[in-house]
Amino acid sequence: MSKVFIILQANEDTRPIVEAIEQDNPDAEVVHEPAMVKVQAEGSLVVRRETIEEEIGREFDMQELNINLITLSGNVDEDEDALTLTWNS
Amino acid sequence: MDIKKTPKKLNVKEKYRLMTRDLAWEPSYRDEKEIYPYVDYEGIKVHDWSKWEDPFRLTMDAYWKYQAEKERKYYAIIDAHAQNNGHLNVTDARYLTAIKLFLQGISPGEYAAHRGFARVGREFAGVGPQVACQMQSIDEIRHAQTQVHAMSNYNKFYNGFKDFATQRDRIWYTSVPRSFFDDAMSAGPFEFLIAIGFSFEYVLTNLLFVPFMSGAAYNGDMATCTFGFSAQSDEARHMTLGLECIKFMLEQDPDNIPIVQKWIDKWFWRGCRLLTLVAAMMDYMLPKRVMSWREAWNIYGVENGNALFRDLARYGIKPPMHWDDVEKSIDHTSHQIMLGLYQWKFGTAFHSWTPSASDIEWLKEKYPTTFEKYYLPRWEYAIAQKEAGGEYNNFGLPKLCQTCQLPCLFTEPDDPTQLCHRETEYEGEKYHFCSDGCQHVFEQEPEKYVQAWLPMPALMQEPLKGDLAAWMEWVSLESTAAGEYANSEDKANFEKWRKQVSTD
Amino acid sequence: MQIDVQTVNIAQKNQTFTHLKKRFGDKKIPSRYQEASYDLQAVENLHYRPTWAPEQELYDPNLSKIRMSDWYDLKDPRQFYYSTYTLNRAKQQETMESNFKTVESLNLIEGMPDPVLKIAQDLLIPLRHLNYASNLNNTLVCGYGYGTVFTQPCVYHAMDNLGIAQYLSRLGLMIGDVESLEAAKQDWMESDAWQPLRRSLEDLMCVRDPVEVFIKQNFVLDGLLYPLVYQRIIDKHLLELGGSGISILTQFMTNWYLESVRWVDSVVKTMAAESAENKAVLEEWIDSAANHFTSVLLPVAGLAVEGNHTDELVSEVHEGLMKRATKAGLFK
Repeated sequence: MSKVFIILQANEDTRPIVEAIEQDNPDAEVVHEPAMVKVQAEGSLVVRRETIEEEIGREFDMQELNINLITLSGNVDEDEDALTLTWNS
Repeated sequence: MDIKKTPKKLNVKEKYRLMTRDLAWEPSYRDEKEIYPYVDYEGIKVHDWSKWEDPFRLTMDAYWKYQAEKERKYYAIIDAHAQNNGHLNVTDARYLTAIKLFLQGISPGEYAAHRGFARVGREFAGVGPQVACQMQSIDEIRHAQTQVHAMSNYNKFYNGFKDFATQRDRIWYTSVPRSFFDDAMSAGPFEFLIAIGFSFEYVLTNLLFVPFMSGAAYNGDMATCTFGFSAQSDEARHMTLGLECIKFMLEQDPDNIPIVQKWIDKWFWRGCRLLTLVAAMMDYMLPKRVMSWREAWNIYGVENGNALFRDLARYGIKPPMHWDDVEKSIDHTSHQIMLGLYQWKFGTAFHSWTPSASDIEWLKEKYPTTFEKYYLPRWEYAIAQKEAGGEYNNFGLPKLCQTCQLPCLFTEPDDPTQLCHRETEYEGEKYHFCSDGCQHVFEQEPEKYVQAWLPMPALMQEPLKGDLAAWMEWVSLESTAAGEYANSEDKANFEKWRKQVSTD
Repeated sequence: MQIDVQTVNIAQKNQTFTHLKKRFGDKKIPSRYQEASYDLQAVENLHYRPTWAPEQELYDPNLSKIRMSDWYDLKDPRQFYYSTYTLNRAKQQETMESNFKTVESLNLIEGMPDPVLKIAQDLLIPLRHLNYASNLNNTLVCGYGYGTVFTQPCVYHAMDNLGIAQYLSRLGLMIGDVESLEAAKQDWMESDAWQPLRRSLEDLMCVRDPVEVFIKQNFVLDGLLYPLVYQRIIDKHLLELGGSGISILTQFMTNWYLESVRWVDSVVKTMAAESAENKAVLEEWIDSAANHFTSVLLPVAGLAVEGNHTDELVSEVHEGLMKRATKAGLFK
């Protein structure tokens, strides 16, 4: 199985996003590095708008991720409700 | 006119299609081939352009909104950095060598990518790739400009920044990235996408950006670090373009597979050769190191690359041809390059130095099978020369590889005691290469690579005729920007200013 | 170690980058626009010729009939570099977003008289295809033009055109849902009023001289289209008929055009002043294209206004364009 990951800038905006990702992906691993945070998982990872909204207490547009995203690994599928990363192998 | 009382709720995919693909039309007055003249000659077959998927689906209003937010944050930090003499926060002035190399070598590539993506953003016959490529084009000029702006403050205080425009076109080591980008730009639109979009921006991007940007963070360079993270958020979109372009080509027609495979082989190799400069930067130029080149390769090259190629295997794509040679080179190239840069330091617009005792311990630890055996003796020799009051300079000019334009200082993949050299004769001329990989690239398209402008032969020809002083003037290289770090103005100034601000 | 970096004034070594010093001296600190725009493009010692056109160079000033001794004379008076451009557009985007919300929440579209909606449908919505063509044309100029100061604004202009096409698409969805866009496309492809213009655009998309494309698209076509459609028909004629909601939703286009004129006119003026040869080429392009586009815009104008009034409006905008050309130093 291959690992997918998403790396975000480490700041106040992304903390709740990372928490939301952890909630929706219990097997994911969070790695902290200077100024950035990496969330990785085997095979697939999902980032859900609803969960983020619960964490931040306001409406969240998935495209806002663009501001703090650093890099990602895996095939990307995004719609209004979620961003999913997968490797098909 | 009937007005819909309750308009159908369109999902994101449908809405985006109306905002992009639906804008185009089938020309009827002129032939498509006249409007898109470059889309066939590479032999790539496309049956249905509408199959191109853009996962991020940014409409222009969203683009402006989110990019503006990034810009506001970015320039706030750059301005603060400038106002507060942020340059004095770096670990020490050796760090500047890394960002000088970046401004001289990488920033021009960003600009070239901007123009290249504009061209393919016009030449592709489908709206999906057109819009994706145009967005990348505008992103890339963002990168070129934010980099110049970040470096502008360093330029005010240190050497080696001010002449980047001249040096881009004339100095010898900038020819390495320049030939890489020129090669991509002179290729057809599909190859350009595989070269830059896929190989560079997808497969290899993390190997370039994470070291530089983490390196900046570790070494207190707020400006570059901020630039890096700000640019990286654009890179995520570029990465998806890269992955989409290869999937698209592979899914359109099985005949595309061998063509794409050849391009993957070529550009993976050219990209890895280009990254040897980054390897040297990571292992030698950062006073505080993030990780070794070997470690970065293991994570971002091997692990990530393997995941990717396992995924692509379903199309019949194999891992790149010279993968094994690259793997064998990982524990060697940073040392080979740095030793080269050090011995030719009189001809670089940045400083070099010999590793310190603690540097050496780190290098031994990170490269247990190669450093002590093959490279430490050479460093010790250089150090001994210095201590004896001499200098370790090699005034002999390096033989450059015809393809990658790096000096031929690499060793045989299976024997690190043998310099690697290959030759090919083409139309009565002999061409030289640093490796099988580069020779192979040449032999696939000799008529292209024979055109290359090689900086070292150019030095020997009219009008410079081997005159080193004249060459230095021609490339705008002042001696204060070159040479040994220990004797440099940069070091003296940095230390003086640091003392000033901390004792006041 | 605690470092108080704020209190010390450190004397600078270099005022600026050498290439900027050569151009502007070192008395003044160069602006961010200057740093971002001058001499960023490679000039010499290019490595390989394009495989798609081996007679050309990778960056080739000879692709155009227009010649400049220094392409960097074509400075953008708006001084747009990426940051200022994006921040500017983000502000405009916010206004448009608010406009769309207002029109929607007040049901302004529903309340509009049928003739207004018909004009919006027939005249405005099909223009989304024209803007798409303009996007491609400007992308060509950015890709193949020479010199950063000239090519940079063209990618912004290309993305602006895409943005306008998208605003028009949203307007269509508001007026008549997906069916509105389908009907507009059908008109664009089949109705008599649009064919001459569509044909002209297809012809323009076959031109490869980047400056010729710039002139015919940005100076001539837009110089007729925006004054005609947005200034005279939408913001005047339609307003009189009760179409203020449409005006609000095309505010971006109106403002954008006025802003662009500053840039386009400046480029034309500088190119014309460079040489008699340039002047002659520009006059030939502008004269023929202006006559041509004027005639193909007649039936398009006829979708909104009738008979004589069409001729009047169209000759007005033609006159206006030729005045701009004279101001830029041409035809005299």
